[in-house]
Amino acid sequence: MKKISLLIAAVILSSNVVAKEWKSIRIGVEGAYPPFSQTEADGSITGFDIDIANALCAEMKAKCTLVKQDWDGIIPALMARKFDAIIATMDITAERQKKVAFTDKYQHIPARFVALKDTGYEATDEFMKGKNIGVQRATSMDLYISDNYPSAKIKRYGSADEAYLDLKASRLDYVMADSAAITGGLLEKEGGDKFEFVGPQLNDPKWFGEGAGIAIRKKDKDLAAQFNAALKEIRANGVYKEIQDKYFSFDVYGG
Amino acid sequence: MDFSIIINEYQFYLEGLWTTTWLVALSLILGLCIAIPAGILRSSENKLIRFPIWAFMYFFRGSPLLVQLFIIYYGAAQFDWLRESWMWHYFQEAWFCALLAFTLNTGAYTAEIVRGVISTMPQGELEAAKAYGMSKWQTLRRITLPNSLRRALPAYSNEVIFMIHGSAIAGIVTIVDITGAARVVNARYYAPFEAYLAAAVLYMCLTFSAIYIFKQWEKHYRIEQ
Repeated sequence: MKKISLLIAAVILSSNVVAKEWKSIRIGVEGAYPPFSQTEADGSITGFDIDIANALCAEMKAKCTLVKQDWDGIIPALMARKFDAIIATMDITAERQKKVAFTDKYQHIPARFVALKDTGYEATDEFMKGKNIGVQRATSMDLYISDNYPSAKIKRYGSADEAYLDLKASRLDYVMADSAAITGGLLEKEGGDKFEFVGPQLNDPKWFGEGAGIAIRKKDKDLAAQFNAALKEIRANGVYKEIQDKYFSFDVYGG
Repeated sequence: MDFSIIINEYQFYLEGLWTTTWLVALSLILGLCIAIPAGILRSSENKLIRFPIWAFMYFFRGSPLLVQLFIIYYGAAQFDWLRESWMWHYFQEAWFCALLAFTLNTGAYTAEIVRGVISTMPQGELEAAKAYGMSKWQTLRRITLPNSLRRALPAYSNEVIFMIHGSAIAGIVTIVDITGAARVVNARYYAPFEAYLAAAVLYMCLTFSAIYIFKQWEKHYRIEQ
């Protein structure tokens, strides 16, 4: 009996004292937010977020498994231990920090409105009254529109791709998303030449935070430290820039 | 576990409850208007009448409601001629697309129920009607329909329940129904358990109200217990 309780005590102590080095990590990704994350015809997932995830894992010498998860269930799934980290262009916001912890930012891209060419735009609730604005559900843009344009008709979609479809079908007057996502997912795609950005770049930290980070469960501080170290390394050794240049012609890390 | 968020956001759920209620109620009524003629004409002797109705029922019973909604909502937007016609005024609204999909779907299922109860009419009653010299139309109106629609009630109450539950997919095309409300609340607070449990309770209230109404109805007609 004594032996067993000693053994139990030893197990509990060791797991508490020694910071665990993560060797096998499951990473939640979205797969519907080009060019950050998109699902190819053969079912594989590619994109900036995916390349960053793989580069970080290579740096940490960890075995990573990517898990595809719809956006509006991605934080609940992290907390339900379906995976250990989220790399999905998730802005570090105060609202989300109530539930999860974040690593340092790994990119910072402003949000913008996109609309049919020659659509007017004014940043007032009065102008937006009755206008149909599409956003992806549970994003920073969702909160931004809900808080700033309460008189607009906000339409919430499961993915940005669905919102683009309805913008093309003229069910929506505006869509708001990350500017780089709009470029990659709409403007550069077939039929995208009818649309353009309207209004300024938006990056008010109250809604959009300080950039996008990797979300992890609050108690996994060791994993955050591991990610941060690897992030610093790939920023320094040029791997980050290589990945960035593959997708973008500008600096996505921000100042 | 924190149910105060449900109380704080109750207006989302009320809005959702109202949307689900009128969307389902209206689809059921319109669906019934399709189903009764379709169910009768399904056994018509004229091939030109019988075949299109068979095809309609076959398609809408043969494919998932979600797929039908996608075809109507996203699929319709693909055709320029539709987008330039007066019909686009309706098709651009998500509620119209959902109403159309739900109506056609429940119409097809209910038509099958109607066909079933008509084909199992007691032969004696039909022979008696003939003996009285009733025309085909009179027999249908006075004998066949009242008898068979009464017998259809238990099966139809199931269809109503399926429709209430099936309507949960309306949220996918931006409609804020009960499920849509739960998704908005979950998106804001990342509390799926509380958000969806509240939705489940509302669906249960709707379902049990429907069951209660049908029970009263069945009692009224003294349907075989």
